[in-house]
Parts: sequence; structure tokens; C-alpha cells
Amino acid sequence: MRSPDHEESELIQILLDIQKEEHWLSKEALEKVAAKLNVPLSRVQHVATFYKAFSLVPKGRHEINVCMGTACHVRGAPRVLDVVQNLTGIRPGETDGDMKFSLDTVNCLGCCALGPVIEVDHEQLGKLAPSKAAELLKKYD
Amino acid sequence: MISSPHELEQLRREIVSRRDPAQARVSVCAGAGCLATGAAKVISAFHGEVDKQGLQVEVKATGCPGFCERGPIVVIEPEETCYLQVQTKDVAEIVTKTIQQQKVLDRLLYAKDVRKEAEIPFYRHQERNIIGNNRRIDPKSIEDYLALGGYAALAKALTQMKPEQVVEEVKKSQLRGRGGAGFPTGIKWEAARNAPGSPKYVIVNADEGDPGAFMDRAVLEGNPHSILEGLMIGAYAIGASHGYVYVRQEYPLALENIGIAIRAAREHGLLGTNILGSRFDFDVKVHRGAGAFVCGEETALLLSLEGKPGEPKPRPPYPAIRGLWGKPTNINNVETWANVPLIINHGADWFTQFGTAKSKGTKIFSLVGKIKNTGLVEVPMGVTLRDIVYKIGDGIPKGKKFKAVQTGGPAGGCIPEEHLDIPVDFDELLKAGAIMGSGGMIVMDEDTCMVDVARYFLNFLADESCGKCSACREGVKQMHRILTDITEGRGKAGDIELLEDLAFTTRNASLCALGRSAPNPVLSTIRYFRDEYEAHIRDKRCPAYGCKALTRYYIEPEACEGCLLCLKNCTSEAITGSRKQLHVIDQAKCNQCGTCYDICPPKFGAVKRYSGEPVPA
Repeated sequence: MRSPDHEESELIQILLDIQKEEHWLSKEALEKVAAKLNVPLSRVQHVATFYKAFSLVPKGRHEINVCMGTACHVRGAPRVLDVVQNLTGIRPGETDGDMKFSLDTVNCLGCCALGPVIEVDHEQLGKLAPSKAAELLKKYD
Repeated sequence: MISSPHELEQLRREIVSRRDPAQARVSVCAGAGCLATGAAKVISAFHGEVDKQGLQVEVKATGCPGFCERGPIVVIEPEETCYLQVQTKDVAEIVTKTIQQQKVLDRLLYAKDVRKEAEIPFYRHQERNIIGNNRRIDPKSIEDYLALGGYAALAKALTQMKPEQVVEEVKKSQLRGRGGAGFPTGIKWEAARNAPGSPKYVIVNADEGDPGAFMDRAVLEGNPHSILEGLMIGAYAIGASHGYVYVRQEYPLALENIGIAIRAAREHGLLGTNILGSRFDFDVKVHRGAGAFVCGEETALLLSLEGKPGEPKPRPPYPAIRGLWGKPTNINNVETWANVPLIINHGADWFTQFGTAKSKGTKIFSLVGKIKNTGLVEVPMGVTLRDIVYKIGDGIPKGKKFKAVQTGGPAGGCIPEEHLDIPVDFDELLKAGAIMGSGGMIVMDEDTCMVDVARYFLNFLADESCGKCSACREGVKQMHRILTDITEGRGKAGDIELLEDLAFTTRNASLCALGRSAPNPVLSTIRYFRDEYEAHIRDKRCPAYGCKALTRYYIEPEACEGCLLCLKNCTSEAITGSRKQLHVIDQAKCNQCGTCYDICPPKFGAVKRYSGEPVPA
């Protein structure tokens, strides 16, 4: 049974695939997708900027996500974020100059029993006191 | 290929007959929470050990049973011995002693003589109609679901009931949507069924965006076929031929498991044409969300499915009339769909025995925050908050005092101690100034600042507001600004009233539920914790010591023993001193991370917090 999808409905799915593969969406990638699906580039850009999953700048070697879910928040996530910001010198959404770390916040990783949690390169590290977070980041290069 | 209800039953019998109930089996939770604490390594250690000892033992990676606090969770069958916080180093001993010699390892039990899952207080006070099967199922295996009678409800609906009867049964069950609004599911189905137009669509909303809520993820990850079965029954009732499962991409395991389930259902002929010989045709696709909270709202979700930015549209027209690509569409939340096979199997009367007058059935909550037993909790509607927090959750850790429980996610509200005895259902929570929402339940203790909690949610909502309507875009932003000022010591007289004004306008003038409910965290915290607001504004004091800008840390000279602990762990190198010598915090360098306060041994208790008054010079 063929589903009656319109091809352009695949736009978000295709961008997600590229994001997963390349860790960001380059201008060239956006142009290619627009041409392939025959939709205006402006619409591709609208989608790429509307949804949080997409990054329009390249990511560093290590991607840090600090969970800012409610459970982590009440257990001290803002303090963990402070320390991570100080240590990396970047703020959420940024990548440092030598492309070592990219920092982001996420709304909930769903492992609230471990809060506060941060995720480095998709590995979840839980029950983080600010001092532990500092210790932990030192081992990445 | 299964082509009739008879063949389905035959296959089920065949699967069950192949299994020896007396044979030893190890079930390990492979839900996201336990995986984060090492469940994958535990599972492979069990495989290795069983092979090494040459045993006939099945090792099963199951769905999440909910007790995340004590993961990884292992259950040894047939005795149903439940071990908690199992690590790889425990595995050899479990296989040798418990499986080979039937000896119980006390240190891995919840408590001495509490051997079975059902005996653990966390589980004992629950009614686990939906989530209870997670532990019995390898979510990647359709056979496990079939063995438990899976798809029997679909077979019953397709062959013994007319679509109208299915709608009637769901109406009679008084099932209300579990995604937040609590709209009666049967009535929603009826509207989509009666709407003109074809094709029709049914959709699983698995864009679970509330922070601190992961019920839907656990069900989708742990028992994906139950969602598919519910969806298919709904599609039959409504007359839909196509379905979508809209899953947020932040849930990779849920995506993987629902994908596997769909393929298995297709291979078994449970999706496709002429399902179970009934001439009912139906197929499902998975669509990944791309990280926008507002897409949990149904009109935004539909636009996202169409490949567009998810900016909500005014309703009516409701999706039941004009939904996906302008066609009649029915959207229900994961947990709502999970209830459907139960209602069809056991009947509406069975379902309505659980719950209160206007809220039937059970509800899964994710109990998180300052609570001893973090996890997923399924209880009949009408259980009190106190029972959930104290009987199931075992209260507040570290001897701290309970302050509030926040329900309903960013659109919800905070409920204080004096209302802990209200029964939890849609209407009672609303009366108390909160909402049921999708089931997040965040417990807060004396160290949680309620103004900061309101600021946190408004920050979240300002970030997630799509910006289409100005009431939400500007109203939420301004409320957030005022709350930030208050928590940073810049509050002014009149701020509370201004917040109430803004809340009123935002609530009444916003386009979708996000904006309309955005004032809730502000209003409910003002309602119950006005004194905290006033302390911040008037005295520049945070009574909970939660607001960084208003809190200072100070080491009391008489109490400090010079143990170096705070000095070594200070994240801003603000503490000076040496062994057996008094430690001092340089206030200019201190970043108020609170590590010194947390880490100072309780027997010294030398680090003191100050707010609203100067630190001793």
C-alpha cells in the first residue's frame, strides 16, 4: 500500500538524516535538498531554523549537552551549566575556537533518576555535582 | 503470514508451547534510564556468563518497569527474584548462586526478605495495567507480545465488532486523552469517523516534550506493539487507512523499537491489506520530530508531518474535520492508544472500575526531582498526591522538607503541602491550580525556590514559543524578564500585580495551548508562595537559597576544621587556606555554585548560606 505522501513532507526527515551524518547543515546541503525536492530554498531555510535539531554551523569534536529538564533543574543543573561554560569558555549554541567542544542545553534526556545529567558525545553522565563536571571534562581532548 | 484470528491464536499457542515456564530466565531492563547506568554491559555479561557455564538460560532485554532510581534492574525467573542496581561484577555470582543454586543474594535485594518485585513498596501501591507488561516483553520481539495475547483485541474488533461498536465501547469507557487536555477519546473518534472525506488518518503523538516526563517513551520503547494495536483498532473504528507515529528524534531507542515493531507486524500480515482476513487495510509510517516543543500541539504536529515549520493554527476547524493534508485526522497520545487494546479486550466496564467519577482508568506519572524513588508510577486516577509522594516515592531525600509538587509540565502548576491530599484526576488538579498534563510530577523540597521555578518554566516557554501570535511571544517574554529581575535582586514593588496582568492577557489572547497555559506556573506559584515573591522583591532575599544572585556562602571560623574538602572541590578557586587552618571564601571570586555547602561534612557544618543580609566581614 502506497501512502499518499507528498514528497515535500520528507523535507524534515531528509534534513534530519543529513544532520545526523554531518552534524550540521551546510549551505550547499540546503541548496541540494531544495533542488531535489523542488521547494524554494527559503522554505528549506525556514524549516532548518525553526527546529532545534538542526545546526547551521559545524560542530566541535565533542558535543556536550547539558540537561536542563525540570528534575535536573531542581537538582542543580544551572550550577553544572555554569561550570561547563566557564571551563569551555563557550555558551549554549556555540563551538569553541579550536573546534574541541560544542555546547548545548537539552530539555530532558529522560533519565531523571540520574540528574543532574550531561551528555558528552551521546554518553550520559549522571549525578553530577559541579566539581565532578569540571573533573570530567578535563579528560577530553 | 497470519490471515485469520484463528491463525493468530494458533501461533500464540505454538509460541507458548515452545516455552518452558519452569526454565530459568534473566530479564534485564533495557530502557533508556537503565542503559544510562550500564544495563547494556550487564546484559552482555549475562550472555557471556551463561555461555561460559554452558547453561540453558534465556537472557532477555526488556522494556522499562519504571523503578529508574535503582537501575539496572534484573529479574530472575521463574522465582521472580528482583535484583536492583546490578553491575557487571555481580553477574557471575547471580548466575552461579541464584540461577544454579536458587540462593538469594541479599545485598542486591530492595531490602532483606523483599525478594519479588511486587513486594517492593514502590510497586506494591501501583496498578500497572499498561506498564506492567514491559518487564515481560523484549520490545524487539513480536513473539513476546503475541505470547501475552497481543493483537487479540485487534482480532476481536475486526471480526466481532462493527466500527461503530468500537467507537461506542471507547465512549462507554470514558477514556480521556492522556496527552494533557483530557478530551474524551471516544467523542474525538466519533467526530473523525463522521467527518466527510477520504483518506482518513490516525496519528500517535509521541512528541513527548515536557521536561521531566518520560512515560510515553517508556511505553513506546518497552511495548511498541501495544501502541500499534491500539492505533489499528482506532483506524478501523474511524475508517482510516494510514497512520503515522510522530516520535521526537531525541528518543532514538523508541524510534528503533517502533520501527522494528512495524516491520514485524507487516511481515506477520498484521499491517497491510486484508488484515486478519477482514478486508481492513492499514499501514503505518514513522515520522521523526526535529526538536520543537510546540509540535506536541496537534495542529503544529500536523504541519510538521507535512514537512513545514510547526506553527499552530486556530481551531476550529479541528483535525477531525480538516487535519493532515486537509483530511479527517485523529491524533491521540501514546498512553491513550495503549489503553485501547485493554478496553477492547476486557470491556469498558472493566476499565471504568478504575478511577474517579469523571476520570477513569489508570495514569502513568513520572515521579522525579527531590524524591527518593525516581521512576514511572502507574496508579488509578483518584489516588492522593500524598500517597504517590510518600508511599510510592518514599518521600524526600536527605531529611529535607517537602515544599511542592509540580504537575503538568511547563503548562502546569505547583501544589503545596496543604493540598497533598487531593485525589489526582483531571478536574481536581485543575481546581488546585495545576493540570494533569501528560504526567510529569516534579517534587520540590525546601531548597527549591518557587520564583526560580516559575522563571525556569517561563524561560523554557519563551524559548519554545513559535512566535506566530504576539500575545504569547511578547507576553511570555515579558513575564520571563520580570521573573529574572526578581530572582536577580532587581524586583520592584508592583511586579507581582504586573505579572498577574500579563498572565491574564497572555492566557486570553494566545492562539494555542502553549500560550494559553504559559501563565500557569506564574499564577500557581504566586497563589501558594506569594511570601517567597515578596521576600525576593522587598528584602532581596531568597528564602530557599536557590537564587544564585541573592545567595552568598560563608565559612564559619569556629566550625571550620580545615579539612581541605571544600577548597579542593571549589569550582572557582575562591577558597584559600591550608590543612588544619581556617578556610576563607573570597566573595569576589565565588560563583555561588554551592559545592562547598554540599560537600562540607555535616559534623562540621561550617559553610553557611546568607541571603538578604550581608556576609560577616
